[in-house]
Amino acid sequence: MAEFHEISPNAPLSAKALNWVDNRFPLSKLFKEHMSEYYAPKNFNIWYIFGSLSLLVLVIQIVTGIFLVMHYKPDAALAFASVEYIMRDVPWGWLIRYMHSTGASAFFLMVYLHMFRGLLYGSYRKPRELVWLFGCGIFLALMAEAFMGYLLPWGQMSYWGAQVIVNLFSAIPFIGPDLALLIRGDFVVGDATLNRFFSFHVIAVPLVLLGLVVAHIIALHEVGSNNPDGVEIKADKDANGIPRDGIPFHPYYTVHDIFGVSVFLFVFSAIIFFAPEMGGYFLEYNNFIPANPYVTPAHIAPVWYFTPFYSMLRAVTTELMYVLMAVTVLGAGLAVAKVKMPTLFKGVIAIGAVVIVALMLLIEAKFWGVVAMGSGVVILFFLPWLDNSEVKSMRYRPTWHKYLYAVFVVDFLVLGYLGIQPPSDIANRVSQAGTLFYFGFFLLMPWWSRVGVFKPVPSRVVYKPH
Amino acid sequence: MKTSFIKKVALGLSLASGLSLSAFANTAGPAWDKAPGQISDQTSLQNGAKTFVAYCLNCHGAEYMRYNRLQDIGFTLDQIKTELVLTDAKVGDTMKSVISLKEGKAWFGNNPPDLSVIARSRAGANGSGADYLYTYLRGFYRDGASLTGWNNIVFPNVGMPHVLWELQGDRKAVYEEVEVHGQKTHVFKGFEQVTPGTLTTEQYDQTVGDLVNYLQWMGEPAQTTRKKLGIWVLIFLAGLTVVTWRLNKSFWKDIK
Repeated sequence: MAEFHEISPNAPLSAKALNWVDNRFPLSKLFKEHMSEYYAPKNFNIWYIFGSLSLLVLVIQIVTGIFLVMHYKPDAALAFASVEYIMRDVPWGWLIRYMHSTGASAFFLMVYLHMFRGLLYGSYRKPRELVWLFGCGIFLALMAEAFMGYLLPWGQMSYWGAQVIVNLFSAIPFIGPDLALLIRGDFVVGDATLNRFFSFHVIAVPLVLLGLVVAHIIALHEVGSNNPDGVEIKADKDANGIPRDGIPFHPYYTVHDIFGVSVFLFVFSAIIFFAPEMGGYFLEYNNFIPANPYVTPAHIAPVWYFTPFYSMLRAVTTELMYVLMAVTVLGAGLAVAKVKMPTLFKGVIAIGAVVIVALMLLIEAKFWGVVAMGSGVVILFFLPWLDNSEVKSMRYRPTWHKYLYAVFVVDFLVLGYLGIQPPSDIANRVSQAGTLFYFGFFLLMPWWSRVGVFKPVPSRVVYKPH
Repeated sequence: MKTSFIKKVALGLSLASGLSLSAFANTAGPAWDKAPGQISDQTSLQNGAKTFVAYCLNCHGAEYMRYNRLQDIGFTLDQIKTELVLTDAKVGDTMKSVISLKEGKAWFGNNPPDLSVIARSRAGANGSGADYLYTYLRGFYRDGASLTGWNNIVFPNVGMPHVLWELQGDRKAVYEEVEVHGQKTHVFKGFEQVTPGTLTTEQYDQTVGDLVNYLQWMGEPAQTTRKKLGIWVLIFLAGLTVVTWRLNKSFWKDIK
């Protein structure tokens, strides 16, 4: 606890006021710790803007969301009409609504780029594992938030998208049908579903999201930011204990971020004012038809940000199950034959593999598709312990790693594209290959990330004054 | 052909169970003609609005659209009251259809869909929603086999009869038999005018173009404001970006 600090009676009023607060709440202390004396590496590049921008979009979503809730009616009979009411009769309602709908897509775009930055520069490596884990939690919460929010306009895509996704839970053996019933609150998606999704969308998930964001930032400020060189700036401090390659976050990165925010807002506004539907990608055309439980649209596609994982779901067919069984047997075989460990562990692995293959034979492929879709997200949590490369940053990794990451990016985009398209034979084959590559990339990372000639990492960050 | 057979079966089944075909309407089928309308053309929008209240509002509603919003396309309140409100609705009411949903279902086997956002919902791979509607409203032809005596080239077996037939006249569809992969199939060749309408083809296209233009506007009455405002917002943000760029630069010159 800080001591009570007396201030000269001649001090200006503002200083007195601040002193009064500081004696009761660590205002100056917090500002110093997180802004003016939070030392960030000076060599951040453009990839480092997406964290602040994600935060900005979060604020936009919360503020516009508050105003939308004032006019929206979470009632199956009124929801669609209330959205049109917002678009037509509420002053500036159209702007608030478009900000919110475009914000959803922008949020995912920013978060995907932010996560890719982490991948690129090894920002999840020791000691930043928890920063990464909280971040993955944010991503997961964001997916839940977006999924439930998408039901609220109560259009055809809202309705059938929710129907399809909730039905997936019924593929889980034993508890599935009851679980799906619990989520829907009815035997089909209906008013009860809309009400609970509304509650989750406006209260429950945002609370979790905000909590995780705070944890993410506290953890980050505890360990300090990584940088494009993957050099620990805290390893080289001057006489005052300030990292030589560090600069105060405020004002340097605040002005940086304000500039980034201006550019972002320009693009964001261009979409809101000139292409809010974004050719059917941000607001799907079918969603302008009110939900109709009796008419299933010919083609149900989730919004673009879910489609890479949706592709993985669709890729798992009975055929692919045989491939997965073969992979399981092969993996277990290799582990037992090649890895040194006690016989007990080998036995456990062998039995485990047999059990998994048996389950794969017993349970329908649809369930494993759900598992694949979930694993596609969950596997990200394990990244800090999968990556065994000698260096953090892509800059000093073997050249072929860069190509592999490029293929990974293309793979992710292709999966995303195929998830939007109606299924076809060739597309299914491609998404199966893409899914196998996606999981192979992560599951084999402990081995391949060690292979190749690594470049020497400099002791100080690389920085050109600009 | 196999796929078209499946599609026909699907269409037939959904018709039989009284389902709306709207979900299918914008997926496949013939190419759509480009709708000529300009959202900035107020005369066109006004003509479209007049056609809309005279022909469409009898069976369809536009329940999210208020009559007095028509002031946005240049009508005065008096004009709206006297020329455009053809029912006993008040000028601040939304546009309700003359017939009830129940009657619609009884007469056409289907609820005539609400038209407030019809143009937004019908966009698809073949073009904008306006393009679809423009093609659809010009795609009716006589078909003795259908319940209404009408059929449509982009919306096969549609429940809606050709409401504008007096304007366009009677037409029939001409099919040509061609062989594809050894199978005989019928390919749509065009329409043949049977009896003339009160309008020439050009005039009819113009009328439909104006109507579709209006439907497009009604889908989002704020769209003109949105685009106008957007220009100012972008000009402001461009200026802000220049300022913040220089601000950033001036701070960062200290960092060596």
